Amino acid sequence: MKYKVNEKGYYGDFGGAYIPEMLYPNVEELRQNYLKIIDDADFQKEFHQLMKDYVGRPSPLYLANRLSARYGANIFLKREDLNHTGAHKINNTIGQILLAEKLGKKRIIAETGAGQHGVATATVCALRNLECVIYMGEVDIERQAPNVARMKMLGAKVVPASSGSKTLKDATNEAMRDWINNPVDTHYIIGSVVGPHPYPDMVAIFQSIISEETKKQLIEQTGNDQPDYVLACVGGGSNAMGMFYHFMEDENVKLIAVEAAGKGVSSGFSAATTYLGKEGVLHGSRSILMQTDDGQVVEPHSVSAGLDYPGIGPQHAHLFKTGRGKYVSITDEESLDAGLLLTQLEGIIPAIESAHALAYLEKMEFKGGENVVVCLSGRGDKDLDTYIKYFKL
Amino acid sequence: MNRIKQLFEEKKNILSIYYTAGFPNIGDTIKIAEALEKSGADMLEIGFPYSDPVADGPVIQASSKKSLDQGMNLKLLFEQLKDLRKSVTIPVLLMGYVNPVLQFGVKNFCKACAEVGVDGCIVPDLPMVEYEEFYKGCFEEHNLSNVFLITPQTADERIHKIDGLTNGFIYLLSSSATTGKNLEVGNTTENYFSRIKNMNLKNPTMIGFGISDKQTFDKACSYANGAIIGTAFVKAIENGNIEENVSEFMKKFKS
Ligand SMILES: Cc1ncc(COP(=O)(O)O)c(C=O)c1O
Repeated sequence: MKYKVNEKGYYGDFGGAYIPEMLYPNVEELRQNYLKIIDDADFQKEFHQLMKDYVGRPSPLYLANRLSARYGANIFLKREDLNHTGAHKINNTIGQILLAEKLGKKRIIAETGAGQHGVATATVCALRNLECVIYMGEVDIERQAPNVARMKMLGAKVVPASSGSKTLKDATNEAMRDWINNPVDTHYIIGSVVGPHPYPDMVAIFQSIISEETKKQLIEQTGNDQPDYVLACVGGGSNAMGMFYHFMEDENVKLIAVEAAGKGVSSGFSAATTYLGKEGVLHGSRSILMQTDDGQVVEPHSVSAGLDYPGIGPQHAHLFKTGRGKYVSITDEESLDAGLLLTQLEGIIPAIESAHALAYLEKMEFKGGENVVVCLSGRGDKDLDTYIKYFKL
Repeated sequence: MNRIKQLFEEKKNILSIYYTAGFPNIGDTIKIAEALEKSGADMLEIGFPYSDPVADGPVIQASSKKSLDQGMNLKLLFEQLKDLRKSVTIPVLLMGYVNPVLQFGVKNFCKACAEVGVDGCIVPDLPMVEYEEFYKGCFEEHNLSNVFLITPQTADERIHKIDGLTNGFIYLLSSSATTGKNLEVGNTTENYFSRIKNMNLKNPTMIGFGISDKQTFDKACSYANGAIIGTAFVKAIENGNIEENVSEFMKKFKS
């Protein structure tokens, strides 16, 4: 259990709940209740029923033959892109909406970057008939237009965040401000393993279904539930944490987390947090973040809106610092190329976020025959514009 | 004795003013402090800006951003405050978020505060448990008061704990809100203010968030030792001559 959260809400040096007093009652209510609610048999039953019948789980673990031939290893894709709404984000929003209901909340707020979490939140709010407000950076509203339309159609109110870099970080600030101003009836569905304790743990638990299924599927397909490598992209880190969760204590499984290098780690336009960042506090937890010497948060850059975030979740900071996980980065161009490659070799158009994880396969050296699982966190429909522009299709 | 303690022993209806360092112009920090003392402010809260001020509304967000864009940082702020005590005698607190303090180093920060004559701090996103474990010793060594916030949702037990942990004053938010929301004193707010008043806390209390005129100030003073004005003041000094704006603004409260 050395990589899990301790009773104080920390993972090694990281985590905690650095929040203004206005948020304390809400966060404390969650802290006291989340495990009790999640462990309850009725909750589990409803959660798994929805996962099966509504989300379409288990998501397939697909042995990608042509990709495997190219790299000389067995490349398995965990197909989170096939989930309802097209990404892993729905695993978390289903969990949190059920939890919010148990806490008696009437109004749901969320931040979104790529719009996948916003769509997943708007979807479960429609499903459970709860009011829904989504904060989204102005820049992201522009580059993820199809998802904005989906959220509106689902009945959510989409509020543009116009401060700072007008991306995910700023949308998160706005959502926190909303929560401060609506302290009683509102639940904030954070979309990644970030935020004050217990969010990182709660979101990781909901996303852990990814690795839980993967282990079973690996046994069926290879006879061994321990692959050699597990790869996932990291924005805040929720698909990666879900993918790593049940492998963390299996020390011979190598965990590889792929960050967005943007235009290059030294270009000044990057989101490679572990490479560029230092320890500090952002959005309620102590972690690693990109910042100036004075502690001001640096604006990140990535072609993929979902990875365009200057921090990572505290559990990732811990995996990084202890060396349990290897943290690497992939540029905008490398990720787009990997997206096209998967499309043409396997007939799967990945989200640009997920394409970052795929791109790292190009940099790995295999002896031959290793089992490698890549989390295909989402599908690329939302990114067609970016792909089309880049490849002049 | 700490200047904050002395102030509360000597005065009632204390008027404390918040402003952002380095705003509207980078060099205005001391000028504003002097002008405020001259026109009758009892206490000052100087904000050191942060890029992601989640507890602040649009006005203080904008002042923070402008200040940062103009080059403000903690090192520069302490340089600007070097001669603070040559011209300012009233208590001064620094207010800001925890990350710049962490990067500056908690020890260095406390030492720098003591050296320039700062009397206390308000760090809204520094949790009580962290303060107790990692900061309190250093704050006390440098005779700095650490001020905690409470809201209408803060439980009595927690308020007592805060009261035991601090030695300056307790900052009562009129409602759970980001800065700049107007104070609407309805029944629930009055009940909350009365509840706090009747708790007989060891520390004095100041009411803040949404105080903007004489009427709301007087109302706040009937429940607490005084009140804090932030957004309304920051708005008032945005454009034009600092000294004139300050004295004009303060006149409203001193009649
Ligand atoms: C498809 C996809 N993958 C990955 C991410 C990054 O988030 P996280 O790191 O929390 O998985 C996003 C975020 O929007 C996403 O949409």
